[in-house]
Amino acid sequence: MKNLRFKNIYIHIILIAVSLISVFPFIWLISTSLKGPAENIFAYPPAIIPEDFTWANYIGVWHKVDFIGYFINSMIVAGGTVLLNLILSAMAGYPLARMEFKGKKIAFFSILATIMIPFQAIMLPVYLITLKLHLVDTVNNFAGFVGLIMPFAVSAFGIFLMRQAFLGIPREMEEAAIVDGCSVWQVFTKVLLPMVKPSLAVLAIFTFIGSWGEFLWPSIVLTKESMYTLPVGVNNLQGMFSSNWRFIAAGSILATIPIVIFFLAMQRYFISGENEGAVKG
Amino acid sequence: MFKYYGKYAPYLFLLPAGIVLLIFFFIPFFQTVILSFYDYSASIYHPVFTGMENYLKLFQSPVFYKVLWNTFLYLFVAVPVLAIFPLFIAILINQKIKGVTLYKILIYLPVIVSIVVAAIAFKWLYADQGILNYLVTLLGFNPVGWLTDPNWALYSVIWVTIWKGIGYYMIIYLAALMSVPKELYEACDIDGANFLTKHLTVTIPHIMPTIALVTTISAISAMKVFAEIYVMTKGGPLNSSKTIVYYIYERAFENLDLGYASAMAVVLLVIVMIFSLINIFCFERNKYQI
Repeated sequence: MKNLRFKNIYIHIILIAVSLISVFPFIWLISTSLKGPAENIFAYPPAIIPEDFTWANYIGVWHKVDFIGYFINSMIVAGGTVLLNLILSAMAGYPLARMEFKGKKIAFFSILATIMIPFQAIMLPVYLITLKLHLVDTVNNFAGFVGLIMPFAVSAFGIFLMRQAFLGIPREMEEAAIVDGCSVWQVFTKVLLPMVKPSLAVLAIFTFIGSWGEFLWPSIVLTKESMYTLPVGVNNLQGMFSSNWRFIAAGSILATIPIVIFFLAMQRYFISGENEGAVKG
Repeated sequence: MFKYYGKYAPYLFLLPAGIVLLIFFFIPFFQTVILSFYDYSASIYHPVFTGMENYLKLFQSPVFYKVLWNTFLYLFVAVPVLAIFPLFIAILINQKIKGVTLYKILIYLPVIVSIVVAAIAFKWLYADQGILNYLVTLLGFNPVGWLTDPNWALYSVIWVTIWKGIGYYMIIYLAALMSVPKELYEACDIDGANFLTKHLTVTIPHIMPTIALVTTISAISAMKVFAEIYVMTKGGPLNSSKTIVYYIYERAFENLDLGYASAMAVVLLVIVMIFSLINIFCFERNKYQI
């Protein structure tokens, strides 16, 4: 018993060390963001606890950068992406799980094939098509948002997740509804969808995280600062404040607060291990 | 059943997703291949069909070889670490100890935070007079130009990718560990096996499929790195930290050399497709029920 407790101490030491490595970059960013002008942020030895403590960097960066705007843009893009993914994935997953039709195999393997196509390899034509469809912010803001959302409106991952969920529902549920005189659409919306809510929730949460953090696509299509999402806005801090690391740090932390709150509220979905591999790599 | 659904129902249900996939996946896929046969470098409005010219230029370009080398270096460093280290952490967390949830939350935090914020945080740690160089001088070494020295830049960026992936793969491993039968460990304890032999003989063989899965997933995502490089080094200094996606981005959107960029994109496509095929047909058959 004593031996066991001794071994556990080693385990705790290692896990505390790994946890520290995981959070230290953020702690150091927070520390820098709270240091006033009287304190040298390059001082050796570095001070984790600010000596010249101040909130001024947060206030300063808040006045110069439209975080609320970035936040709203991110919410619109992530919200729209989640909504479309739920609708399109559920609709496409249903016939793949339940119906027999000509071309089912082709549909199935075509969707599976998209898993192998990384967005990074096809982003150039995607951009050209988005331009051709006038889905860019130079047309108007609405078109800009649609252009940000559409390439990620559905994914093979989502379709297969929903297909799996529908496969798990006993056929009798559907048959009972059909006997009661429901149409296909009614069976789908009234009987089946309520039964796959857990899968819809998983899809919603992981699509949200993916969309919220997306950087490459918005940095390609966006031209107007008023359309910036949070990651693009944060990257822009570097240009705006060149070497003012107090402001860059404060801005980065401000932009991170919403997703950390979301994570803590939803943590069981992420760390329970039940939804392994749900986030795109 | 078949009659009830009607002739058109399955197609109508598939239509919306089909349209999106067609416009934003399949057409761009073929267009990438087509674009790679054209030369846009003279004028972006009047491309010239040049056949395999872009590919020939590509495979004669020292920069492209450098970029390809960097990309595979990224893979060879990041993938083994991401396949092994998170497993080690998962095994430790899986012991009956207190505070497991807190550890999981803290280690998972980098996964959730935007890669842009993570890259900025590390840029600050890596600063010439930053905290990391303080530790280095404390240990008696000369300060390192983490992002400014061509010998170091790529490894500094790779570390950010590793740091951000540990929590993600740890959770995948934790799920796999739950499936290892408890009796096997008990048998080990009776035999008096120590920690290391216990996991080498029971855990590792049991979760081999998951280790293979993590290897291919992390290889695919290492091929696709972009934001880390864009935010921290822009591929520099002297192309030392430039990988393929960043180079495609630079050629396509900064130099407007669409044909050349597309030829590179095709190379990327081929590599990722090979990894994905291995992944789908070897490790994720159950997920897709092929």
